[in-house]
Amino acid sequence: MKRTLFRNQLLPWLLLAPQLAVTTVFFLWPAGQALYQSFLRQDAFGFRTTFVGFDNFSALWADPLYLASFKVTLVFSVAVTALSMGVALVLAVSVDRLIKAGTTYTTLIVWPYAVAPAIAGILWWFMFNPTVGILSYVMKGLGYNWNHQLNAGNAMTLIVIAAAWKQVSYNFLFFVAGLQSIPASLREAAAIDGAGPVKRFFTITLPLLAPTTFFLLVVNIVYAMFDTFPVVDATTEGGPAQATSILVYKVYNDGFIGLNLGSSAAQSVILMGIVIFLTVVQFRFIDRRVNY
Amino acid sequence: MTRYLMSVAAFALSAGAVSAQTQIQWWHAMGGELGQRLEQVAADFNASQSDYKVVPTFKGTYPETLTAGIAAFRAREQPAIIQVFEVGTGTMMAAEGAVYPVYQLMADQGEPFDPNAFLPSVVGYYTDTAGNMLSMPFNSSTPILYYNKDVFEKAGLDRNTPPKTWEEVEAFSRQIVSSGAAPCGLTSAWISWVQTENFSAWHNTSIGTNENGFGAIDSQLSYNNPLVVRHWENLKKWQDEGLFQYGGPVGGNDAPPKFYAQECAIYMNSSAARAAVVNNATAFEVGYGMLPYYSDVQGAPQNSIIGGATLWVLQGRPAAEYAGVAKFFSFLSRPDVQAGWAEPTGYLPITQAAYEYSQNNGFYAANPGAELPIQQITLNPPTANSKGLRFGNYVQIRTVIDEEFQALLGGSKTAQQALDAVVARGNALIAEFAAANQ
Repeated sequence: MKRTLFRNQLLPWLLLAPQLAVTTVFFLWPAGQALYQSFLRQDAFGFRTTFVGFDNFSALWADPLYLASFKVTLVFSVAVTALSMGVALVLAVSVDRLIKAGTTYTTLIVWPYAVAPAIAGILWWFMFNPTVGILSYVMKGLGYNWNHQLNAGNAMTLIVIAAAWKQVSYNFLFFVAGLQSIPASLREAAAIDGAGPVKRFFTITLPLLAPTTFFLLVVNIVYAMFDTFPVVDATTEGGPAQATSILVYKVYNDGFIGLNLGSSAAQSVILMGIVIFLTVVQFRFIDRRVNY
Repeated sequence: MTRYLMSVAAFALSAGAVSAQTQIQWWHAMGGELGQRLEQVAADFNASQSDYKVVPTFKGTYPETLTAGIAAFRAREQPAIIQVFEVGTGTMMAAEGAVYPVYQLMADQGEPFDPNAFLPSVVGYYTDTAGNMLSMPFNSSTPILYYNKDVFEKAGLDRNTPPKTWEEVEAFSRQIVSSGAAPCGLTSAWISWVQTENFSAWHNTSIGTNENGFGAIDSQLSYNNPLVVRHWENLKKWQDEGLFQYGGPVGGNDAPPKFYAQECAIYMNSSAARAAVVNNATAFEVGYGMLPYYSDVQGAPQNSIIGGATLWVLQGRPAAEYAGVAKFFSFLSRPDVQAGWAEPTGYLPITQAAYEYSQNNGFYAANPGAELPIQQITLNPPTANSKGLRFGNYVQIRTVIDEEFQALLGGSKTAQQALDAVVARGNALIAEFAAANQ
């Protein structure tokens, strides 16, 4: 790493100041507020504030719906990550083999990433809507009664598809880049040694893609857990009966709709803990184990 | 956004031109056509005098407007007037330091104000236990029954007879579906408001202690009573038989298209849905009816309760603004202003005088079904069970009702289990609210 020596003690701080200010105002201060608020019970207007210690947290652990929300989030994150990475990998491998049309396909596949999540959610909501949706109409014709407003499984499927669809583009780009950095000579050598395409994929390509895969794994889990609020809000609004109420959505719903700020703050503190944990995992373990 | 920019521009211009005019901010939740009507009301007031200028700002849905108002109050940036929907009443009433009660405002400003001029069902919802009116009724509605006359006839029913009782709703629906006149008999918006709260009031059945929460802050719900259990059980049974189709949570956004597309022949929704029904139901003739009741229940039908919103005045604005707010509220109470707002929107004329105004100008004679909501809400003098409800955290309890109803229709709970869960979860929310406000 390159080292720069400053003669003036003040200059490095001055150069850091804008970034530090942004971090403080937009990250540290709100996080501190959330932490403080999580120990309080307050009416909506903020007239009466009581310090309640860990009451908000213990109420959460006693709430079966909050515990169910963990399970929902787990199922959702795993499904979104698996689906979006699986599809992206298949697409990337396919495009990698194309010589001429590769860039065209790449452009087309990346398009969905430019669609705002809320709009993507509305599009899927429209297609699957049990009353006016084209896909639910087709499924009814095929003898399946799709109703994500009442069927928890349908609802989960819907938000997984809506959330994964967008993320496929992102994963695809990284996979294509990862594939292109694998020297063709390795695969050719294996081919000469008699390894078939499937064997070559699993013994050469996939292991060499490991750094990309692990990176995407973390990014996708973080995405599924924290960035999918608009998709859920636009499609199922957490329903039916909170079957798709992931942790982030519950923070919003309890805080902004229900105005229970203490509980909402406690939930976001727990989420903050999860983010910190995931970040540590990424930096401590994955970055070390995987050689780029 | 354009509208917002325009109002900002208008604000800037007028502030430069007539600096003596006092601006009064009014945050509301009326989008689309209702929003335009509302802005017209404000513009008419502004044109009627020169001392004050009411500036309406659209803040999103009802819950979003309430949340924005509360956040603004915490940041001391609150508007003078905010429109709050009926289930936010408990929250607003508990916020004693934030709210300037309307009866007090009108007395302080020396504006004439007679609570008895308003319809009893409306007043009952928004007065405290001492009989004082805390907010200014603005847009009040009540659920009614809409039906498809053509489908009724096709099914061999009388096209001019809406179902009166739930027994008839079931029998009619069965006949409609089995005759092939339509694939579904019944759909409904607002399971919470229509099929639970109004259903209980209409049957003169209590839904909570302390006069449905009016008397005290720490009340208990009683939705798990045999009557509501029976009704939810029936809805589930009818859904399984294909007679009833669920329109979705909250306002039930999927219910209207089912009715417009002639999929469901009977549809229950707010009286303020009337304009939309008339606009969309172009391929068939619409009939109107009162809410159905179970014929074996003593005291039914009683009277239905209101939904919609009232205008709350927030504390902490300069005194000059409150004088203007009082003038504006007097303007809003005028029969012609009231009728001008209620007639095109389907909201109730909330004063007796406005009701008579619309009667005299022939509006009800020219528009069949338009008078029905007001007849229904004033059918009998409200009882302790039918003047409304007032529970803390009720915005969240509405969500609980939707969730448990979905669990019932999804088959994971029986009606009794679902309503027991509504009561248990609702009581916890009320207790939380009581604890936060003591």
